[in-house]
Amino acid sequence: MKRNLFIGSALTAVFILAALISFVWTPFDHAVLNIPNKLQTPNGTHLLGTDHFGRDILSMIMVGARTSIAVALVAVGIGMGLGVPLGLWAAARQGSWMDELIMRGNDLVFAFPSLVIAILITAIFGAGAVNAIIAIGIFNIPVFARITRGAALSLWQREFILAARVAGKSTGRISVEHILPNVTNLLIVQGTIQFSLGILAEAGLSYVGLGAQPPLPSWGRMLADAQTMVSIAPHMALVPGFAIILMVLGLNLMGDGLRDYLDPRLRVVRA
Amino acid sequence: MFHLRPLFLGVSAAALFASAVTAQQTDITVALQLEPPHMDPTSAAAGAIDSVLYSNVFEGLTRFMGDGSVVPGLAQSWEISDDGLTYTFKLRDGVTFHDDTTMDADDVKFSLDRIGADDSANAQKALYAAISEVTVIDPLTVEIKLSKPNGNMLFNLAWGDAVIVGPESIENIKQMPIGTGAFKFVSWTQGDKVELAKNTVYWGSPAKLDKATFKFISDPTAAFASMMAEDVDAFISFPAPENLPQFEADPRFQVLIGSTEGETILSTNNKMPPFDNVKVREAMAHAIDRQAIIDGAMFGYGTPIGTHFAPHNPAYVDLTGMSNFDPEKAKALLAEAGFPDGFETTLDLPPPSYARRGGEIIAAQLAAVGIKAEIRNVEWAQWLETVFKGKNFGLSIISHTEPMDIGIYANPDYYFQYDNPDLQALITKLNSTTDPDMRNKMLGEAQKIIADDYVNGYLFQLASLSVAKVGVQGLWANAPTQATDLTAVSWTQ
Repeated sequence: MKRNLFIGSALTAVFILAALISFVWTPFDHAVLNIPNKLQTPNGTHLLGTDHFGRDILSMIMVGARTSIAVALVAVGIGMGLGVPLGLWAAARQGSWMDELIMRGNDLVFAFPSLVIAILITAIFGAGAVNAIIAIGIFNIPVFARITRGAALSLWQREFILAARVAGKSTGRISVEHILPNVTNLLIVQGTIQFSLGILAEAGLSYVGLGAQPPLPSWGRMLADAQTMVSIAPHMALVPGFAIILMVLGLNLMGDGLRDYLDPRLRVVRA
Repeated sequence: MFHLRPLFLGVSAAALFASAVTAQQTDITVALQLEPPHMDPTSAAAGAIDSVLYSNVFEGLTRFMGDGSVVPGLAQSWEISDDGLTYTFKLRDGVTFHDDTTMDADDVKFSLDRIGADDSANAQKALYAAISEVTVIDPLTVEIKLSKPNGNMLFNLAWGDAVIVGPESIENIKQMPIGTGAFKFVSWTQGDKVELAKNTVYWGSPAKLDKATFKFISDPTAAFASMMAEDVDAFISFPAPENLPQFEADPRFQVLIGSTEGETILSTNNKMPPFDNVKVREAMAHAIDRQAIIDGAMFGYGTPIGTHFAPHNPAYVDLTGMSNFDPEKAKALLAEAGFPDGFETTLDLPPPSYARRGGEIIAAQLAAVGIKAEIRNVEWAQWLETVFKGKNFGLSIISHTEPMDIGIYANPDYYFQYDNPDLQALITKLNSTTDPDMRNKMLGEAQKIIADDYVNGYLFQLASLSVAKVGVQGLWANAPTQATDLTAVSWTQ
């Protein structure tokens, strides 16, 4: 089972590393057009070929990784930052009107197909990386709220929480000091999964032209640009396509591996 | 491989036999990228209406041919008085509308009066503003009086905006167009297709096809797939130039490459600072590498232009040298204009690939001299609303496909808001000149003035790129106006 964790982490690390390196170095300037050089297949100079404007695809993939990761990371951050406190609060006030309000609000957001609403949000407030982050982030909130509440509810029945209560700790302090540390593992696993979904969502939004705007490269838009050129320059579609697949696969394998490692219910099996 | 040979021979014999017994194909399916919003060419600016109906269903007094010449249409002949103020048109006899009502001088008066009416929705009212009175002399003679001479009147009357419509059918024209053309309108399935059928009682040489279907396919990938699968017989204005070499290499298809009247320009809001400074506009002109745009966005299809005029027109003056690609000069000009570090602006891009791809290239070229243009991709409706009507834009890319439209520069309210009294006076004078040599000279002057003022960035003349199956003949290669004239189209044996 450690194999999953290893492969997943390695794939993820490659992309994160590529994104980080792109800040200081890329093989070519990703924004410089060199039209006479267009549609080159992968070769010694351009390792992954060039696109229809003669830009180096490897450089674009590296900078695009930055866009993808940044959007997904911040979106997951929004989801965790708002979702986890909401979940803790709902669990602490289980059965109260507050709990009902939060959870029914979650159901409401869950009821909408997330990508469609993300398209709606970016269409109304304008296309761009920031709006894409907000649109994807909003749909991460209920995921984290529900997971946190579910795990927290069973924790509230445990003896050590009872002990803390008897000791006179307030509900809020118990939530932060005792409940939160015990749900962190779950949140990390869920975070990786949501991160991969965020990458996919960002690629989807860019594909329909609502994500990061040119000249900032993005994997989804690279795919869209390649669409009419599939028959003359298949590498233009294959490269960003595989980048998305490998990144999402890596994150999912990593999430899977982490769960095996961190989930208390699976500890026995591992031992 | 030897054992395969008899089988192969058998198959080809069968194919030969099959083609010998099949009758000649008499229907055609033509694909267009844009669907018309409705079916009345006389009350909308949308060229997609003309693309379907011009010449096929609706005809005017005069008409365009595929080479751009203007020839008699419903008018058989005409006389122009010496002062150029009275046009007397002799109409063709025996012309009927598709609803069997007769087309006569009353219908001509009705159609022309309708353009000039106060509540007229005609998109080109200015072209016909000189018409002061239309008089019916007898059923086949109509007299048009002008308030001032207009050397372009016969040309203007050939536009799709001046086709002859009947008062009997005007009410439902937007859903049920009734004209005099060689094809009758049959049905319109919104979002999908328009069907036409041969007009069996046409006054002129009848259509060679019995049935024509226009299909609307907006997505370039779907366009490529439908053509490759032979779902459509022809695609007019094929949206993905990068795929044309494949069609050229494929023995099943022919590629028609011609010129359009589309001057593709970097529209510049002349009233908005810093674009109100001619130095800034000149700097942008030198920052742009036209050939890179033609190669990158259009895959080499297109002719560079240096002013707002079609290169195939005899009056064209090549002014591309005035705005040669020279980034150093552009930077120097920007510094002179007070923007040594450049400035920020926006670049609104409508959907066609010349705009979306061209826009990315131009943004990169402008960035190289310090001008940071933020790209905003907009849909057509949004473009019309904010850029064309609202004049709320910095830069945009658009192809002006109307023929001979240099007159738009004389209208200070036009969306790029260029206001130059000298040019306005020249265009007024031009409009009242009928002598062809004088006109060409004045058109040359007008081209020079707008090039001197660097009103917009002049990029290239849009090429007309169409794909058809081998065997389709008679399609227009050039696009002198927005039209898909099927009246002479047929299949070879």
